Amino acid sequence: MNRLPRWLLLALAIAPTLGLLIFYAWPLATLVTEAVTATAIIDTLGRASTWKVVWFTAWQAVVSTLATIVVGLAPAYVLARYEFRGRTVLVGLLTAMFVLPTVVMGAAFLALLPDSLDRTVWAVIGAHVVFNLAVVVRVVGSLWEHLPTDMEAAAATLGASRWKVATQISLPLVRPAVTAAATIVFLFTFTSYGVIRVLGAPGTRTIEVEVWRRATQLGDIGGAAVLAVLQLVALIAIVTWSTVAQRRHAQAIGLLPTSGRRRPRTTGERRFVALVAGAALVVAAAPLVALVVRSFSTPTGWSAAAWTDLGTAEIRPGIRIGIEPVEAIVNSLTNGAWATSFAVVIGALASLAIVAAGRAGRSLDGALMLPLATSAVTIGFGMLITFDTAPVDWRASWWLVPVGHALIAVPFVVRTCVGVLRSVDPAMGTAAATLGASPVHAWRSTVVPYLRRPLVVGAALAASISLGEFGATSLLSRSGGETMPIAIEQLLGRTGSILQAQGFALATLLAATTVILVVIVERLQSPSVGSVDR
Amino acid sequence: MNDHLGLDVQNVSVSFAVAPNQAAGDGETSTSRNLVLDTVSLSVESGEVVALLGPSGSGKSTLLRVIAGIVAPDNGRVLVHGVDVGNRPTHLRGVGMVFQDNQLFPHMSVLDNVAFGPKMAGVGRSERTERAATWLRRVGLSGFEKRRVTDLSGGEAKRVALARTLAAEPAVVLLDEPLTGLDRELHDRLAVELGTLLHDAKVTALLVTHDHDEAAMIANRTARLADL
Repeated sequence: MNRLPRWLLLALAIAPTLGLLIFYAWPLATLVTEAVTATAIIDTLGRASTWKVVWFTAWQAVVSTLATIVVGLAPAYVLARYEFRGRTVLVGLLTAMFVLPTVVMGAAFLALLPDSLDRTVWAVIGAHVVFNLAVVVRVVGSLWEHLPTDMEAAAATLGASRWKVATQISLPLVRPAVTAAATIVFLFTFTSYGVIRVLGAPGTRTIEVEVWRRATQLGDIGGAAVLAVLQLVALIAIVTWSTVAQRRHAQAIGLLPTSGRRRPRTTGERRFVALVAGAALVVAAAPLVALVVRSFSTPTGWSAAAWTDLGTAEIRPGIRIGIEPVEAIVNSLTNGAWATSFAVVIGALASLAIVAAGRAGRSLDGALMLPLATSAVTIGFGMLITFDTAPVDWRASWWLVPVGHALIAVPFVVRTCVGVLRSVDPAMGTAAATLGASPVHAWRSTVVPYLRRPLVVGAALAASISLGEFGATSLLSRSGGETMPIAIEQLLGRTGSILQAQGFALATLLAATTVILVVIVERLQSPSVGSVDR
Repeated sequence: MNDHLGLDVQNVSVSFAVAPNQAAGDGETSTSRNLVLDTVSLSVESGEVVALLGPSGSGKSTLLRVIAGIVAPDNGRVLVHGVDVGNRPTHLRGVGMVFQDNQLFPHMSVLDNVAFGPKMAGVGRSERTERAATWLRRVGLSGFEKRRVTDLSGGEAKRVALARTLAAEPAVVLLDEPLTGLDRELHDRLAVELGTLLHDAKVTALLVTHDHDEAAMIANRTARLADL
């Protein structure tokens, strides 16, 4: 068999590996070894307020997860089993909600809820539910789509009513998927940050928010580091538990390619589908509509002032507040462009190395996924305390924020590319070799060309991640370098209806940009395009 | 009204909408329909086992699904022991069905699968366990109670499916190609056993198959879908 020369593999892998070591492993090591001191541990764990934060983080995550599952199961079932008008629109809308930046989701709930509710834990949980509905619909729905409908019919012929079929057959069968979805939602809500920064009150702080607060507001670096590590340990425990639980409950089910969606037939079915789909539509669309509406509403009536005055953030003529929405847009676009470039180059090199290198490739693949499993605030915090002394005092460098974003975006680029590259038929390389091509030549002409399309997809994903990134940015960005999410959070945190409306306008803009990018991704990834074809 | 008829199917027609072209989008409704069953009538005496013959794709399975209430007919009536069950949901029809691919519940043991019908009927735990064990013995699977259904061979799974349907004591038993996919020797052995089992239990049964020999081995009477 023709193998690629070792020097080529090393050349491909060197940049991704170095990037990961310098910008991920080193900061994390610094965080654990230098910032976490015995005094900091004793101080932090001995404080009652720490355990209040831990308790709040845990219970709001549990309640958010349970609520998301309960609310999400009916739409998951209806979307998996029935064909109806507007189905694709609803799926698209739910997916769009999931990819919205966390700050935008927080802003949307702030816009939706009356003042009495909008900075409470209930607003936070509501936002978490809407945010994560797509997880339940996609994860549970994709199993439901493939479960034979005849199994439910069989239960009915044995005398089971609809309710009994649902509780004794359908739900137990999708239980592994429910566990998987619940784990994902729990991880997201346990590390919730942007939503809580916008919607939270002083009493509603997650560990993630507390890390940011101690690190940047209180200057308690040790305390922040202890909490970041505590959170990391909790996350590892949860993921381990869920992996074990899922393995234990794994069962062989005769899955079908797809059991086929059908139109609702009886009046009862039509009512059920209409009710569930309608409710899901309202739940998902209402926050977005509220966001747009509030960007046009002022105490004196409808006005486009928030939009037209985005460039002049003045409370009164001549008095500025230090937040420049237009500058934030420019910053976001610049950061986004650089982060996308970094992520695409690193992601492309890494993907080629991963696919070509066998077992070592899998290790690189796993290592590159690690930043995803680490919270963004932890990553930002680690970089903040590592790159603060010469010769690596990079805190003021323009490229530090884009590098942080790229770290989070690279896993997405890699996942998009590796799948496509793996599906390239190796026989083509063999064919090229029989025609006289050297291994490097054969690889360049049969494998590398397939990278182009997944890279476009990866670039769009990276851009949307960078534009919406809030966790790492909130620690790394400097005054004057605020990005859109930062500006949104700041505007919405101020009193004054003009600033609020501008915050909503900026959030609308960011939401629209993200949705457009994700639509591009979905279009490019549709099966006919994403597969290996000529 | 013919009370001695266990099952009476009168002028049942079924058509399916031809799937609209996906590319045409969600809202596109096609009026083109595909007629699967055209005014089919059939009756089965109480305690009689009838085999319904027809080639694949002739609508045999659809007829069973109409009788079980899984597919709604365009026209026609279905009577079980003289009672029109057309407006009843599947679980209130007293119609049991053995599916071609068994449809055993993978999250339950063999015993729990067989005891599912009695459980739905509100039979207490000890009694339904006993009843399920009895049926497992009748189909020759004593000792299989605790097994996972995913570990069964094709023949064993088929017997469990049969025991599960019969343990629910339905008024009418429908069997959809029950012996398809088994190897010849097992097929013939099971055909004989199935015939004996159905006759001994004195159940009213309708069996669909494309195999003449199988029909002759199991049923009192054979009908062709094309003639109905």
